[in-house]
Amino acid sequence: MRHIISVLVNDQPRVLARVANLLGRRNFNIESISVGESEEPGLSRMVIVTSGDERTMEQVQKQLHKLIDVIKVQDLNEHAAVERELLLVTVGASSGTRMEINGIIEPFRASVVDVGPNSLMVQATGERSKLDALLDLLRPYGIKEVARTGVTALPRGATKGVAVHVGN
Amino acid sequence: MAQRLTMPVEEQKPTNQPQQEFTGSEILLRCLIEEGVEVVFGYPGGAVLPIYDSLYQGALKHLLARHEQGAVHAADGYARATGKPGVVIATSGPGATNLVTGMATAQMDSIPLVCITGNVAQNLIGTDAFQEADITGITMPITKHSYLVTDVKELPRVVKEAFHIASSGRPGPVLIDIPKDVSNARSTYRYPEQVHIRGYQPKTDPHPLQITRLHQAIAEAKKPLILAGGGVVTAGAEQELIAFAEKINAPVTTTLMGLGGFPGQHAHWVGMPGMHGTYAANHALLECDLLIGIGVRFDDRVTMGRLDKFATGAKIVHIDIDPAEIGKNVDTYIPIVGDVKKSLEEAVKEVPRARSDAWMGQVQQWYREKPLTFKDSEEMLKPQWVIRHLYETTGGDAVVTTDVGQHQMWVAQYFPFARPRSFITSGGLGTMGFGFPAAVGAQLAKPEATVISVTGDGGFQMTNQELAVVALTNIPVKVAVINNRCLGMVRQWQEVFHSKRYSEVDLADSPDFVKLAEAYGVKAWRATNKEEAKEAWKEALAHPGPAVVDFQVASEENVYPMVAPGSGLDEMIMGEGDE
Ligand SMILES: Cc1ncc(C[n+]2csc(CCOP(=O)(O)OP(=O)(O)O)c2C)c(N)n1
Repeated sequence: MRHIISVLVNDQPRVLARVANLLGRRNFNIESISVGESEEPGLSRMVIVTSGDERTMEQVQKQLHKLIDVIKVQDLNEHAAVERELLLVTVGASSGTRMEINGIIEPFRASVVDVGPNSLMVQATGERSKLDALLDLLRPYGIKEVARTGVTALPRGATKGVAVHVGN
Repeated sequence: MAQRLTMPVEEQKPTNQPQQEFTGSEILLRCLIEEGVEVVFGYPGGAVLPIYDSLYQGALKHLLARHEQGAVHAADGYARATGKPGVVIATSGPGATNLVTGMATAQMDSIPLVCITGNVAQNLIGTDAFQEADITGITMPITKHSYLVTDVKELPRVVKEAFHIASSGRPGPVLIDIPKDVSNARSTYRYPEQVHIRGYQPKTDPHPLQITRLHQAIAEAKKPLILAGGGVVTAGAEQELIAFAEKINAPVTTTLMGLGGFPGQHAHWVGMPGMHGTYAANHALLECDLLIGIGVRFDDRVTMGRLDKFATGAKIVHIDIDPAEIGKNVDTYIPIVGDVKKSLEEAVKEVPRARSDAWMGQVQQWYREKPLTFKDSEEMLKPQWVIRHLYETTGGDAVVTTDVGQHQMWVAQYFPFARPRSFITSGGLGTMGFGFPAAVGAQLAKPEATVISVTGDGGFQMTNQELAVVALTNIPVKVAVINNRCLGMVRQWQEVFHSKRYSEVDLADSPDFVKLAEAYGVKAWRATNKEEAKEAWKEALAHPGPAVVDFQVASEENVYPMVAPGSGLDEMIMGEGDE
């Protein structure tokens, strides 16, 4: 089963290497890792998408915890969580297909962020499955390049008081 | 021998005033002395020239090994003998990479080490500079933690943290990599009194609810069994374990790492389990209804990786300081995360006695009636006989280190250890070349003890260069080479699993170990039969300095009992013979 693990780590050199090394060495799957600042100076938040049975997931969390630079580990599957990924895709586009592409991306709330003579760059955010669907629809036009950030996520209503589900 | 030499720095000590400046290497040395380090093991080189310059004044005892691997295993042996972190220093590049095997060995057996390496100056890092190696990167999977010090001001905190991390919780090796410019940089110095690491707070107190559940399980058990491991030794919990085992009325089996954690002479002890374990221990594991694992990790040399045949009728209790060990290899019915000593202290209070009289009788009967056996000989020297002789002549009052292979298993089988930290072996990594340098470290830690390095003719040749050290500094280690003129354990596997196709295991052309030892200035003897063996060993023990005895033993001897890889504990190949 797919799990999203949120890990609060010291913002230290090599901390990404430590985490990646551990996951690789212990033979855990990694679908994606994203890392950036957190709400606290000096700490970064890593969001790891991984999969495995219950024992494996327990091991992933416990082994991560053993790293000295890891402050907190949270399995977001145990919470309602918001999961997002950013996608940039350059897709082939002629004057004849530009409108069509615009029509495809609109329901995804994606936007065109760059226009070339024979191509468009599209930016989209959302859950992984939504971005996969968008890519499938764009494939017939010729996908030239794709960059995805990997998933980042936060539990819903984690901060006191605000527990309203807004948007998707 | 191992006293603290603090002379020159002691004179300067009141200068712990913030205004005075020291170099990074001086600060490092002061920190080590603050930590109570008695001896460091090491080898110099370009990137640690500043550190060795600071050592020059003799404030800290340093043992010059003849290979960094020797130094790190010696530091490890020191740590295993005392429980205190061993300290090793090596230069950048090849010096640092020569430590790798030693760090992995310590990591696998949870041994506290502080490994200090020099590195090239920071402006050269990443340029493939001369003798540059990314040692923090290389050792990430085999250290508990590592530091690359980028600012001399951080050095005291880093050293303080390194010692804390290495020796607390589940111990392990910690690396401190110090670029040369940091060693040379000047700074004021104050050693921190406290350490606070936000992401590192080992849980030592067991959960009371789990202790209650354990008591219930014991009250219901008819066939309890204690499986005790290296964690008992680490925690110094031998007395608590004895009290617990006696009170609940359960037999005890100790893993390779646990030997000495429970006395081998105790009526409850039934030997070592697993691949070369006793019939009693393995059958108790097969048939128990409550298995209490204490400071163990259910390694595949114990379970044989056949969980379908491992304690299948038992509720498993697992007591360990490392939460990640619980549930890693076996499903656990009662998890107890905590320091083993504290956990047993709690567990023993008001603990019920299991209804296990019949079971105790049964397991003890197995232990009596299915003992370890070998076929002794009057013509040939048998390795098992030699090990038993070492035990009998010392009354077991010795620290014994081993290398890896058949002789290691024979020591585990035929030398019943009475006390913790008296058996020193590379259990997890199985590192050949470990035993002799580890004995050097253990002897430095325990100058009064009889320290015996039981080693194979293969393993001895991996690190015997340290004979130079024991000769020059008169470290009275007694080396017992169990010389079967082959890589015995590999030969055994080739005999049993590869129809005697003996591939690259012949060591008949090894050097004359007596002459080799003498070349280093170490007294040595050779023994080819029992009479010679008794005489040689007696003289070696009586000799005040280091000694080597080359025991020329039968070369075709196998370690039994044996459980073949892939088999369950119920499929033991028993030894023959009557001894
Ligand atoms: C560094 C290292 N290399 C290889 C091995 C694999 N190995 C395990 S036991 C063994 C044979 C050891 O021979 P020897 O030292 O003579 O001891 P014996 O088994 O004969 O007692 C070997 C090669 C190992 N454990 N460690």
